[in-house]
Amino acid sequence: MAPRFQSLSSCMVPLLIDDVDTDQIIPAEYLKIIGREGLAEGLFAEWRRDPECVLHRDVFRDAQVLLAGDNFGCGSSREHAPWALLDYGFRAVLSPCFADIFRINALRNGLLAVAIDRPLHRQLADIVEADPCAEITIDLKSSTLTLPDGTGVDFEVDPFARRCLLEGIDQLGYLLRQAEQIADYESRHPPWTDSRQPKVLSS
Amino acid sequence: MNAEQQDPASGAAAEPSTLFDKIWRRHLVTEPEPGIPATLYIDLHLLHEVTSPQAFSEIERRGLEVRCPGRAVATMDHSTPTLPGVGRSGLRVLDPRGADQLDRLETNCERHGIPLFALDDERQGIVHVIGPELGLTQPGMTIVCGDSHTSTHGAFGALAFGIGSSEVTHVLATQCLLQKRPRTLEVHVEGSLQKGATAKDLILAIIGRLGIDGGTGHVIEYTGQAIRELDMEGRMTVCNMSIEAGARAGLVEPDETTFAYLEGRPYAPQAWQEALASWRELSTDPGAIFDRRIVLDASTIEPMITWGTNPGMSMPVSGTIPSAATVDPQSLPTMEKAWTYMAVQPGEALLGRAIDVVFIGSCTNSRLSDLEAAAQVMQGRQVASGVEMLVVPGSQAVRREAEALGLHEVFLAAGAQWREAGCSMCLAMNGDRLAPGQLAVSTTNRNFEGRQGPGGRTILASPLTAAASAVAGHVADPRELL
Ligand code: SF4
Repeated sequence: MAPRFQSLSSCMVPLLIDDVDTDQIIPAEYLKIIGREGLAEGLFAEWRRDPECVLHRDVFRDAQVLLAGDNFGCGSSREHAPWALLDYGFRAVLSPCFADIFRINALRNGLLAVAIDRPLHRQLADIVEADPCAEITIDLKSSTLTLPDGTGVDFEVDPFARRCLLEGIDQLGYLLRQAEQIADYESRHPPWTDSRQPKVLSS
Repeated sequence: MNAEQQDPASGAAAEPSTLFDKIWRRHLVTEPEPGIPATLYIDLHLLHEVTSPQAFSEIERRGLEVRCPGRAVATMDHSTPTLPGVGRSGLRVLDPRGADQLDRLETNCERHGIPLFALDDERQGIVHVIGPELGLTQPGMTIVCGDSHTSTHGAFGALAFGIGSSEVTHVLATQCLLQKRPRTLEVHVEGSLQKGATAKDLILAIIGRLGIDGGTGHVIEYTGQAIRELDMEGRMTVCNMSIEAGARAGLVEPDETTFAYLEGRPYAPQAWQEALASWRELSTDPGAIFDRRIVLDASTIEPMITWGTNPGMSMPVSGTIPSAATVDPQSLPTMEKAWTYMAVQPGEALLGRAIDVVFIGSCTNSRLSDLEAAAQVMQGRQVASGVEMLVVPGSQAVRREAEALGLHEVFLAAGAQWREAGCSMCLAMNGDRLAPGQLAVSTTNRNFEGRQGPGGRTILASPLTAAASAVAGHVADPRELL
């Protein structure tokens, strides 16, 4: 099933540290799996050892939105990072900017990674600080984020990812339907090397 | 006029192109359209045990076939043990969950006809070490792997980048990826590196300058005299860490150094002359425009170390940690977190700071020249008491070559451990790890919190600096020992 996203309303968990890398989101110890289930346990595992960790606060128990700092998801390409966030209950992450691979992985799995401008980011941080229960609404179809006071702000996501999430388009299916063009490309570009046929080892 | 210089749509003479543009255009199965990404053909797909099992499961769940097993290669590196003899003795791994991943990779590769370099294969090693050394990595290719350090292969003038497991599925099934065209960034490095400053110091300086998100959305092309003067292993070190500046890929234009390295390797093209002729066309045309450009002078670069919890938090080995007064107030919480985690004070120096562990290894610095550099420092010297030193070659081939040169004897005589090939202590998932609170000087690429073991603290450095620190027992400037 291709992931879908329409809209959600939720309070926001503030994690206002910059450059949160995917080793923090899901430490390597939790990557020793062959499936993708049960990763919630490893989400921010080291940080959650601290009883003061923001994720332990009762008000955020059902939160679906993570308000993150700059460059969220940098480092390792592990798709376990969005899997863990989703398994924990997050559906969207807001940040002034995302690391490329994380953003792609997140959108492919229906975790809405939305880059927002700095003034809005600051405004949202202020809103959470004043009232941790304050809810925002994220609507993908209209691409608007509605603040607790009813103000609507437009946001942008990659148009193709948006379409896929709204219509439930399966990206692999989309590629598979290009089989003919791919075969045509291959006939024009034969490879130099076949990985199954090495020459003798040099050593 | 050759095909590369023609605009494919109009047939008219095109604008000067960058190396990236040429590789990108050559691999378009379908052109990008407004709102629709391009379909990009992938020449080489590298696989390892950690990020591939979910992708193979998806292939099977959908009843699909692997489209081009002859364009894929798999190895075992991340969760493998490196204790001498353990891997090859059949014990495989100390952790049953890691063993499951290795078994699964074996089954998947067998079922789909993908060549696998398992622990008992003399070609086994870290995925980004073996691709180049076997000659699989070639100029002009598109190369992907479920691993962010795939950028390493850009050293050969290949467009190489890391992908997630969903995209691994896409490549297995279609040999293609849906891609948005990235922007281009030229990092031009003038002058020559001075004695004691290496490719590692250069890339740490570049990341320090760009910031760890400075390359986001971009493909970097490294140009200039200092880059041309690097050997292939140095270029790999530089391209490897492109991702630490946020860039998914880094490129170096292929030249005679590249071709000489590849010639005669096991998977180098049989049609060598033909391949060479096509590779010689892979260069950025004079006058081609990059979206961005920065310039550095290599002659001013000193041996570099990191002081914090990401690779952008770096300084010359003799430098001081930024103080609160010099920090942008907005990034203060992030800096404070780093100071606390690393147990350092803003404004202080790290030179002379006592260390617990030295690790020489990883896809950044585990090739023969890296081990030679470390051995040059260790020769006739001892690892300081109280310091544990691990030397982990990047591949079994590197291990054999190093042993043929007697490097292992230098390390063993100095009191260091000489291990089997693998990722080892670069990431804490194979038994090699720091204990909480330990401080390490590592030749790896990530000093993230807990990367080398929960609670462990990492200083990134070159093999020279790491070896000099092992001998001194504290963070040391290698220039004093050269
Ligand atoms: S050596 Fe480290 S960075 Fe390189 S592939 Fe292995 S785990 Fe990743």
